[in-house]
Amino acid sequence: MSSVRVLVGTRKGAFVLTADGKRKNWNVSGPHFGGWEMYHLKGSPVDPNRVYASQTSGWFGQLIQRSNDGGKTWQPMSNKFVYDGVPGTHQWYDGTPHPWEFKRVWHLEPSLTDPDTVYAGVEDGALFRSTDGAQSWQEMSGLRKHGTGPKWQPGAGGLCLHTILLDPENPSRIYIAISAAGAFRTDDGGETWKPINRGLHSQYIPDPNAEVGHCVHHIAMHPSRPNVLFMQKHWDVMRSDNGGDSWQEVSGNLPTDFGFAIDVHAHEPETLYVVPIKSDSEHYPIDGKLQVHRSRTGGNEWEAMTKGLPQQNCYVNVLRDAMSVDSLDDCGVYFGTTGGQVYCSADAGDSWNPIVRDLPAVLSVEVQTLR
Amino acid sequence: MTSTVRIELPAHLRTLAGVGREVSVELEGTATLRAAVDALEARYPMLRGTIRDQVTHQRRPFLRFFACQEDLSHDSPDTPLPEAIVLGKEPLIVLGAIAGG
Repeated sequence: MSSVRVLVGTRKGAFVLTADGKRKNWNVSGPHFGGWEMYHLKGSPVDPNRVYASQTSGWFGQLIQRSNDGGKTWQPMSNKFVYDGVPGTHQWYDGTPHPWEFKRVWHLEPSLTDPDTVYAGVEDGALFRSTDGAQSWQEMSGLRKHGTGPKWQPGAGGLCLHTILLDPENPSRIYIAISAAGAFRTDDGGETWKPINRGLHSQYIPDPNAEVGHCVHHIAMHPSRPNVLFMQKHWDVMRSDNGGDSWQEVSGNLPTDFGFAIDVHAHEPETLYVVPIKSDSEHYPIDGKLQVHRSRTGGNEWEAMTKGLPQQNCYVNVLRDAMSVDSLDDCGVYFGTTGGQVYCSADAGDSWNPIVRDLPAVLSVEVQTLR
Repeated sequence: MTSTVRIELPAHLRTLAGVGREVSVELEGTATLRAAVDALEARYPMLRGTIRDQVTHQRRPFLRFFACQEDLSHDSPDTPLPEAIVLGKEPLIVLGAIAGG
């Protein structure tokens, strides 16, 4: 029988939540790495028991952990992330040049074909790759050196590379996104990159047609249509039908188009999920009502999913990597909050139940469907 | 000259290295802070990068080195360690700043 494993990264450790395909009775394992910030955990699609985890701390820096048994046991791997060559500068918040400095790994993206290959999105904005199961890391410096790097400026959370999307139909194509530089694409396996931000509009940028400088919060893709991308920007939900060459706004009737998380239904490429957040100065739901909004039309027309979610006095946030879907027949949707709840919908968003209510603030949620 | 230096680690690094409060490392030649951390990282490779940067060897900002009630954090890493440390009478303490929640 199928089952699911939910990998949860929090401010104070990692948790592994497991259930059978009914997704009603859950086993909770953790905290793993108690006391550490676990930015992201993700399993290999090729070997689901191979899981990579980003473990970080203001005191002790970055560690990378690897499990070969689905998160039961872990071993520390290489944490040596060294920029290629002399890294130079990007822009600081005040527009002055600031040296590139490695701070942490925000996102780990295992290869679609090789369990030993994994990509790491780091702060300050750069992409690294390991081809030996995280025993060593090499920067894919074509991204940082493609030309606009010195213009990149950090968002409030830092100059973080937080999204890595691997094209399942074209192994040479990778999409990434950086706050607040924007989205970028390579079509040659990472040698060369180009900004893909045409159509994005950001009030805080003096030049509305700026090539970079957009605060992209997250991008999602359905594996059956890798040319179609959905983006939650700082403000605005956007869609591209041409691999990011151009974007159109699909915020439609959302009560607010600010937010962080966005994801796509496992079997319906036009069904999207976002969690509207009140504003960039108030990172919580409108009127204390936690709502997932679902569009079945690829955007523009949205409906509020509220059944089982708190509809009063709820002032949590849902961060950019804290939403995921499983691929069971009835697609499960999951998200975690800064209040420590992880919610599961076993019916594509119609109704929700908390798996856990009292974890530390949730930074990331990834789901593995095990068959 | 060989010396055995005791090093006291903060709780998270004990867990990471799978050790108790204190570890001992053997140093050849002059016992310095650099030699002690080099030996610590050689014996416990999982600690690389957690106490000092792996490339620049700069101490991580929220960590300090104490010995014999003295803060050695701003000393040159090549300064000889105090005699009590070299003789194993006192531990070299790696201390995490009290901060955060």
